[in-house]
Amino acid sequence: MDFEYSEEQQLLADSVQRFIQKDYDFEARKKIVASETGSSENAWRTFAEMGLLGLPIPQDHGGFGGGALDLMAVMEAFGEGLVVEPYLATVGLGAQFIARAGSKAQRKTILPAVAEGRMKLAFAHTESKARYNLAQVETTVTPNEGGWLLSGEKRVVLGAPLADKLVVSAATSKRGFSLFLVDRGAPGVEVKAYRTFDEMRAGDVALENVQVDKKALVGKKNAGLALVDEVVDFATALVCAEAVGVIKSANESTLEYLKTRKQFGVTIGTFQALQHRMVDMFITGEQARSMACLAASKADVAADADDRRRAISAAKIKIADACRHVSQESIQLHGGMGMTEEMKVSHAFRRLTMIAQQFGDADHHLERFAALA
Amino acid sequence: MDLSYSPEELAFRDEVRGWLKDNLPEDLRRKVAEYEELSRDDLLRWHRILAKKGWVAPSWPKEWGGNGWNVVQRYLFEEECGYAGTPPLIPFGLSMCAPVLLKFGSEEQKKRFLPRIYNGDDFWCQGYSEPGSGSDLASLKTKAVRQGDHYLVNGQKTWTTLAHYADWIFCLVRTDSESAKRQEGISFLLFDMKTPGITVRPLVLLDGGHEVNEVFFDDVKVPVENLVYEEGKGWTVAKYLLGHERMNTGRIGGSKRELAKLKEFAAAQSKNGRPLIEDARFRDRLSRVEVELMALEITNLRFLDQMRRSGNPPGADVSMLKIKGTEIQQSLSELMLQAVGPLAQPFRPVDAPVAARDDFDPFVASLAPRYGNMRKTTIYAGSNEIQRNIISKMTLGL
Repeated sequence: MDFEYSEEQQLLADSVQRFIQKDYDFEARKKIVASETGSSENAWRTFAEMGLLGLPIPQDHGGFGGGALDLMAVMEAFGEGLVVEPYLATVGLGAQFIARAGSKAQRKTILPAVAEGRMKLAFAHTESKARYNLAQVETTVTPNEGGWLLSGEKRVVLGAPLADKLVVSAATSKRGFSLFLVDRGAPGVEVKAYRTFDEMRAGDVALENVQVDKKALVGKKNAGLALVDEVVDFATALVCAEAVGVIKSANESTLEYLKTRKQFGVTIGTFQALQHRMVDMFITGEQARSMACLAASKADVAADADDRRRAISAAKIKIADACRHVSQESIQLHGGMGMTEEMKVSHAFRRLTMIAQQFGDADHHLERFAALA
Repeated sequence: MDLSYSPEELAFRDEVRGWLKDNLPEDLRRKVAEYEELSRDDLLRWHRILAKKGWVAPSWPKEWGGNGWNVVQRYLFEEECGYAGTPPLIPFGLSMCAPVLLKFGSEEQKKRFLPRIYNGDDFWCQGYSEPGSGSDLASLKTKAVRQGDHYLVNGQKTWTTLAHYADWIFCLVRTDSESAKRQEGISFLLFDMKTPGITVRPLVLLDGGHEVNEVFFDDVKVPVENLVYEEGKGWTVAKYLLGHERMNTGRIGGSKRELAKLKEFAAAQSKNGRPLIEDARFRDRLSRVEVELMALEITNLRFLDQMRRSGNPPGADVSMLKIKGTEIQQSLSELMLQAVGPLAQPFRPVDAPVAARDDFDPFVASLAPRYGNMRKTTIYAGSNEIQRNIISKMTLGL
């Protein structure tokens, strides 16, 4: 039993925090969000130099062979700084498919490129009617001489406008779907890009007879679901860790506000009605952290699949509830100020609101958790 | 980071689990499982079984019977007891009076009381709360006036748990009502419950059960040698006791047992021809409690890890274990009551004789009283609002 980060993990988290203080503080972030791409090439380069992009990539492909627990400290720091770079899309999702199931050639070309910051990825899976059901894929596949033609509509593909390549799911048979590696710039791929409520970049991806060759298949044919289930669980563990960082930031801002804002001649933190609410937010943060630890410890490949699913869903239930609780209360305790864009806490609210339903809301995970109990 | 127990810790847990399985008497196990009232004999019988094994007072110094377990072992032991459903070890002697004597008592007091506490020869109770002093303990009024070789005590205590079983009571009393700060002038006294002038009156609770009492003192003579530490320093003693480390305030093991029981019970109830546990609305409530319990167990382990690392007792934020643990206990009892549906109506007071319970399923009829009884958990041992005050002040600096 040991709940501390290892020395290496702590050093890495410290350097991420230093980078955020220096180059990614609230003002700098505002400019990045407002920029054309909504992301920072400088930040990405720094992430590559710091080894963040290669952290969970195997050592023989230019990475450090780390797991979810190694990423936890990084994601927590990203959460605290409300970092909007497409790290989750590229490292937490895209590269995971290749690292876990990619062919030799895919691993060789993609993984070192990701680790060095030369390539960004996105995972194009969700469709209009699918909601959180990972098995529901209607994008079609038509075999032809060159390989396959893909057609369909993918929704809210995180990081799509920034990605070089997309991992796309398409139904290869009634029994299941497969994953394909698609160049974002390939003929027939159209990305409708937008800013998300939590100030990241995403897009809807239309695929119209997109030609992919045989080498584009990621993993085994028709076996997409098990792989997606595994990788999405991994990414869920990462957003749980990120949520812990965002909650920490929201709680710190709120506590600071309670200690400085004066009404009726005293700081509002002297009012018991507010003190107890702040304590409950603090406890929620600690309970959320406990579940994020559980999620990270079960998210790696080695874990037994049902054990992993159950832990990840349990964590996401708690995290989703915690995100709602802390985001709503932190705005309320800030009063009118919390409603303004000027305050960092309103941006934490936006991210927490979205994390609560990213990769499944509490209801979805309650259903999954109950089915596994 | 590693959330699992070490092989040695797991071996220890298995040893405890195995021993409990072999040594917890069946009648006691059944009484606890069915929420029956435990008699003085039941409680002392279990105490003595553990004392004989050397497991009754793990945290005491070895010379007085402690067994040198570390914080993780102590936690595992307490949680395994909860999980197995043993009778509780009544804390008033073992983990309240004894730590005070060990820290502040005279050699003579230690020799006189500690072995008897260890062996379960004396049953202790705690005289803190008064009719006008609940959460605001320092406002207590029970008065002790020094008269030669004894104190003359007059006043009243209330909510005195198991005073009707007790041989001894430790009390906070006011020895000086002139002092400027009300925390000063309080002393810590030990009374023999057989002393003339002590009257115990039951306070029957909303579940029909008798566990707490009012205790009246009318000219009770308490020998001066029963003063612990110095006169007027009782608040120091009380504060020490409040901060005294307890491993199981979250009651994880007990709640795990209740959760398992609830699942089994809900699977046996039916709704629209299907097991209630498959009902989405019920199931969601149950799952949320289960997740909260999973989180609390990890939070508890984080505190243990911190304590082991630093060698210090936990900070004020440990109050969250009490808050969350009691909320979970209440939710579980509420769901159990809800699970039984309209059949919850028949009332079986917890102290009803067995013969009176033949008319209906005694377990089913115990669920409403149990639910009612569990409301106490967020009130006792520092109400959850007081726990929030503690975190607010000590941890958050508000």
